[in-house]
Amino acid sequence: MSKNPEFVKFDKVDKSYDGKVLVVKDLQLDIAEGEFITMLGPSGSGKTTCLMMLAGFETPTHGEILLDGNIISNIPPHKRGIGMVFQNYALFPHMTVYENLAFPLRVRKVEKDEIDKKVDKALSMVSLNGFETRMPAQLSGGQQQRVAVARALVFDPAVVLMDEPLGALDKNLRESMQYEIKHIHESIGVTVVYVTHDQSEALTMSNRIAVFNDGKVQQLSNPAELYEKPVNSFVAEFIGENNTFNGEIVDIDKDKCKVKLANSEILANPISVKSKGEKTTVSLRPERALINPTDKMDNMFTGKIEEVIYHGDHTRVRLNLLGSSEFILKVPNSTSNLELNVSQDINIGWNSVDARALDPK
Amino acid sequence: MSSETKQILTTDGIPLEVSLKKAEKKNKIKAFLLVAPLLLFLVITYIFPIGDMFMRSVDDKMITNMLPKTFKAMEKWENLEELPPEEVYRSFYEDYKLLAENQQHGKLGQRLNKEKNGFNTITKKLFRQIKRKKIDESVSIKEQINKLHKRWRNVEYWLAIKRTAPPYTVAKYLKGMDMYFDSDGSITQVEEDRRIHRILWLRTLEIAFFVTLFSFFMGYPIAHLLATLPMKYSNLLMICVLLPFWTSLLVRTASWMILLQQQGLVNDFFVMIGLVGDDNRPEMMYNKVGTYVAMTQILLPFMVLPLYSVMKTISPSLMRAGKSLGGTPFVAFWKVYFPLTIPGIGAGCLLVFILAIGYYITPALVGGASGTLISNQIAFHMKTTLDWSFASAMGLMLLTGVLVIYWIYNKLVGVDNIKLG
Repeated sequence: MSKNPEFVKFDKVDKSYDGKVLVVKDLQLDIAEGEFITMLGPSGSGKTTCLMMLAGFETPTHGEILLDGNIISNIPPHKRGIGMVFQNYALFPHMTVYENLAFPLRVRKVEKDEIDKKVDKALSMVSLNGFETRMPAQLSGGQQQRVAVARALVFDPAVVLMDEPLGALDKNLRESMQYEIKHIHESIGVTVVYVTHDQSEALTMSNRIAVFNDGKVQQLSNPAELYEKPVNSFVAEFIGENNTFNGEIVDIDKDKCKVKLANSEILANPISVKSKGEKTTVSLRPERALINPTDKMDNMFTGKIEEVIYHGDHTRVRLNLLGSSEFILKVPNSTSNLELNVSQDINIGWNSVDARALDPK
Repeated sequence: MSSETKQILTTDGIPLEVSLKKAEKKNKIKAFLLVAPLLLFLVITYIFPIGDMFMRSVDDKMITNMLPKTFKAMEKWENLEELPPEEVYRSFYEDYKLLAENQQHGKLGQRLNKEKNGFNTITKKLFRQIKRKKIDESVSIKEQINKLHKRWRNVEYWLAIKRTAPPYTVAKYLKGMDMYFDSDGSITQVEEDRRIHRILWLRTLEIAFFVTLFSFFMGYPIAHLLATLPMKYSNLLMICVLLPFWTSLLVRTASWMILLQQQGLVNDFFVMIGLVGDDNRPEMMYNKVGTYVAMTQILLPFMVLPLYSVMKTISPSLMRAGKSLGGTPFVAFWKVYFPLTIPGIGAGCLLVFILAIGYYITPALVGGASGTLISNQIAFHMKTTLDWSFASAMGLMLLTGVLVIYWIYNKLVGVDNIKLG
């Protein structure tokens, strides 16, 4: 069975609500069959609009959306066969769990026996057997969420859309649900388009992540690449924590460049800079900078500790380094812990390959 | 409390329950004092008048007080097929004599005449005899009275007096249903061509039902629009719904008169577009049509507002969920949206129906003869015939009707499901 790499295709899609501002700009996005893709972005970045266009509740102002090769822009939502999990679950409050799950099957005129079988299967998938006769109001948030997932999957849709489904849950439940949804996806192989503004959720669950900002996909790649190799400063800033230096390129060759900061110079990896004199923002992950580096690193500086915050599994250290007092270090709490005190001077080093010179902020 | 559970004590050794009661007593008193004015107000303006109305509607004490000895003597009258014994005659004579001295005998005659036709004549005859002192108290009074008029020898007249003995009567209620006590005491219907009240009751129910129906069909889409339109349009629409609400009821009814009369704007328009001939203008007022049109318009906000408040709480994502799960827009509406609006439908319909069933001004002004309701009849007896006890009886029947409807509604839908906002 060959998977269609363009199972869902956004082809040059524009969307404007008022004819003045484009909420989605020239969106080009291919989603492979069976893929778990996450649209990640701050609120107002256009990600939910994309989802609504795919579900059929909004029409693209320009461009086409294709599902399995067919243009679906003119197909009404109920004929698209796309399952959807809503932000507030949207369970029908006047129906029992069973009736909620049976709804998509009943409107498809499925036989009663078949409905019972499918509902039972879907409920066991989210481990909610025995809850058939409960009303949604009698369920906890997590249980309601599972029912919503089961309902979106019970009629075997080709694509399931999830619009920030875990937003209303508390942290622990949210994390366990993330794994649960991931496992469901892995076991049934449905294509999932997931929308969230929570980056750790996106990193945990997805095959690929599309980072949205300002109506555009900023970067589309797998979680590791997204975190390790952000292509611009927005992505670097949005995903994970980030130390930045603003400066100007003074020297550049193929895989190294020299960036002049206010009163010093650092070496960095040129990603989106091409020539001397360009302004740039250098991004460095906190865990890539080491204290008292033993091996040879090409950036070595001394900073002064401003603040030490204990975080359980790690300690965050804020330093005054290279003229900025916002430099963050994450020190894992291992047995060989260092003595870290405020006002202490420490040596910091990192490799230039980890310091990515991106577009200026 | 089960005896097994151990009584919990506070640290001072006082039982917890006692301690709790003590602690909450102050709050309870405070709370009661806060609602006390309202309670007093309700008692004075609602419970007391209704009680008074009820007493008035069943009150029949006048005659009981007029003939105390007679009714006492009648207790010993056993064979009701024969004329009462001498004692009853004598007591009646004594009571009547006292009334005659106090100039009260006329009232008695009228009252008895209502009970059975022909009493007025024979009591007047008795009065004249008493006035001329022609009755000899030393011999049988029964024979003397019986000689006065043959009706006095008819046992039915005496039975009629006996029937008036209880201080309370439901006769007014029977009258409200076009029934009365026959001379033998059985409940009988009035002749068919005189059953006006029953027609009025049925018409009231019919008009209230259809007005509710029309308001529902017109109000539902309006409420839906109100709940789903963007704020700036829905505010405007809300004002359109409420504007008539702020206008005096009388003004609105009068404007319907201007619109609906035969030389009115609607008829002019029909003639102008050639729908009807100028000499053949339809009557849209002083009949049921007028009542329907005006009452529907006036009661519409009472339907729209509860519906709106319920629809406002229904998340738009529910309809979307219905559609995304494969329901056509109609199925999504019918299976998802509509059931969720039932509390609002219940509240709106109940409100409109109950208001319509007791509606007065509008039917009085635009209803004409075929469009008036039971409340107009009540007003008629209050103001024109001054038969307040009958008006009270009908008012209470109306109230009972409303309570019955409420009870049925509670059984069918459940009052907990009403949502007014």
